[in-house]
Amino acid sequence: MYDPTVARLTYRALLGRRRALILGALPLLLVVIAVAVRGLTGADDQTAVNVLGGFALATMVPIIGVIAGTGAIGPEIDDGSVVYLLSKPVKRPTIIFTKLIVAIGVTMAFSAVPTLIAGLILNGNGQQIAVAYTVAALVASIAYAALFLLLGTVSRHAVVFGLVYALVWEALFGSLVAGARTLSVQQWSLAVAHKVAGGDLVTSDVGLTTATVLLVAVTVLATWYAGQRLRSLTLAGEE
Amino acid sequence: MTTLSLDHVSRWFGNVVAVNDITMTIGPGVTGLLGPNGAGKSTLINMMGGFLAPSTGTVTLDGQPVWRNEEIYKHIGIVPEREAMYDFLTGREFVVANAELHGLDARAAQRALATVEMEYAQDRKIATYSKGMRQRVKMASALVHDPSLLLLDEPFNGMDPRQRMQLMELLRRMGDEGRTVLFSSHILEEVEQLAWHIEVIVAGRHAASGDFRRIRRLMTDRPHRYLVRSSDDRALAAALIADPSTSGIEVDHAEGALRVQAVDFARFTALLPRVAKAHGIRLLTVSPSDESLESVFSYLVAA
Ligand SMILES: Nc1ncnc2c1ncn2[C@@H]1O[C@H](COP(=O)(O)OP(=O)(O)OP(=O)(O)O)[C@@H](O)[C@H]1O
Ligand SMILES: [Mg+2]
Repeated sequence: MYDPTVARLTYRALLGRRRALILGALPLLLVVIAVAVRGLTGADDQTAVNVLGGFALATMVPIIGVIAGTGAIGPEIDDGSVVYLLSKPVKRPTIIFTKLIVAIGVTMAFSAVPTLIAGLILNGNGQQIAVAYTVAALVASIAYAALFLLLGTVSRHAVVFGLVYALVWEALFGSLVAGARTLSVQQWSLAVAHKVAGGDLVTSDVGLTTATVLLVAVTVLATWYAGQRLRSLTLAGEE
Repeated sequence: MTTLSLDHVSRWFGNVVAVNDITMTIGPGVTGLLGPNGAGKSTLINMMGGFLAPSTGTVTLDGQPVWRNEEIYKHIGIVPEREAMYDFLTGREFVVANAELHGLDARAAQRALATVEMEYAQDRKIATYSKGMRQRVKMASALVHDPSLLLLDEPFNGMDPRQRMQLMELLRRMGDEGRTVLFSSHILEEVEQLAWHIEVIVAGRHAASGDFRRIRRLMTDRPHRYLVRSSDDRALAAALIADPSTSGIEVDHAEGALRVQAVDFARFTALLPRVAKAHGIRLLTVSPSDESLESVFSYLVAA
């Protein structure tokens, strides 16, 4: 199921100089914000929730997910170099599963780790807030990586669609339409965070059971479908 | 013994018919797929390599379907037309990765790099390679697993004459070893030098098939139509029709030009400037007047 060569090629492509800079920028910004807020207002639980929930989980994690998920396969399909993977006796679902693992790893590394660091800076993990949001970031990384890997497999404009989903749907639409919030990776991961933190500083619009079922279903279905799409991926001329 | 069979294969993109009902069998030895730009060569090779589903018809390798059958790649090596590779790797890393994906180790990669004589630059990043070097590394990646069928799309593009000679030598050797080698090109000379057998594709159709003597004869024996403008069309027409290489001339008033049909291509192209000079006529335009098979063939011969 997991092919180390595919993984190595994917890591090297994802962590190439330019992409690594983009991946590193948002986590850096988060830590800078955390330091500044801590310096200005001191340690405060509600402020920690606002920063980690409002910026880390709502904005940074999905954007990192878009970059890592679509970047794990999209550029190869766009420039045609995926032909070197496809012209091998390697099962297509193996290629997808391996790329998913890499995308999840990269998303976690660039989103959960800085979330933990920022949380510790903000209020020293008071009320388990830092750990709760870190767990949420870990959980969300899995679902985002799977969703955006699928998007990278089916669309040439994956990054744009991904960003629109991450920013418009998750952030804007979600706050206006109640139904949209049920269908939001962010809310599902918040349900897990709520369980970790206890209390009612960290809240979600969906229950833990629903959230877990949806997280698993989305991840599995997206991965399966991406594998199917790769099986019938066509390489045509330059058009 | 490896045989690739295409059975009534067509492929269209929207309402563009890129490949039109082609049936052919490619056996051991070197086969050249010849056709002008846009003829459908890449589309055909993509279908042969299992990267594109035919709209209708089937492609099989020794009876096995090629589309959606990744096990077939144990027997196929592919050199794609497109440039893109993993530019951030060195040549050696790239070929080793290709070997690993076939379940082979670095020794297979090293052998392939030696075969294409790229060992001297194997530790440089692919991004720094010239076009010919890229082509050779692509070739090495296609050879790592010792395939019995080799598909190459425009492999000589961008190569200098020496690199071209080397690659031709290599492909000839592969053919002599009994492998099935198919390469595409839009240059007749290239195909003539290398291919034992030629398949000609024009506008998506299978236009001709045979060894180079037969293809060359087919191309030069057909009548050619030209549109000719000169300083004195009537005098030129009178002079040309007297020669047996010209089988018909019309004055096209709307175009203000002559439409000339020539039966002997070589003789006509020599005759035209000579006649014009002898009669003090200046030639203003000489162009093949239609995009039919004939004019495309004449283009191929002249290229
Ligand atoms: N993905 C595509 N979408 C639409 N049309 C396409 C596509 N791929 C190829 N075509 C069309 O199909 C025809 C054949 O193209 P193809 O690339 O196979 O030609 P070719 O013989 O390889 O040409 P060249 O010598 O330029 O490489 C062309 O008219 C091309 O525009
Ligand atoms: Mg082509």
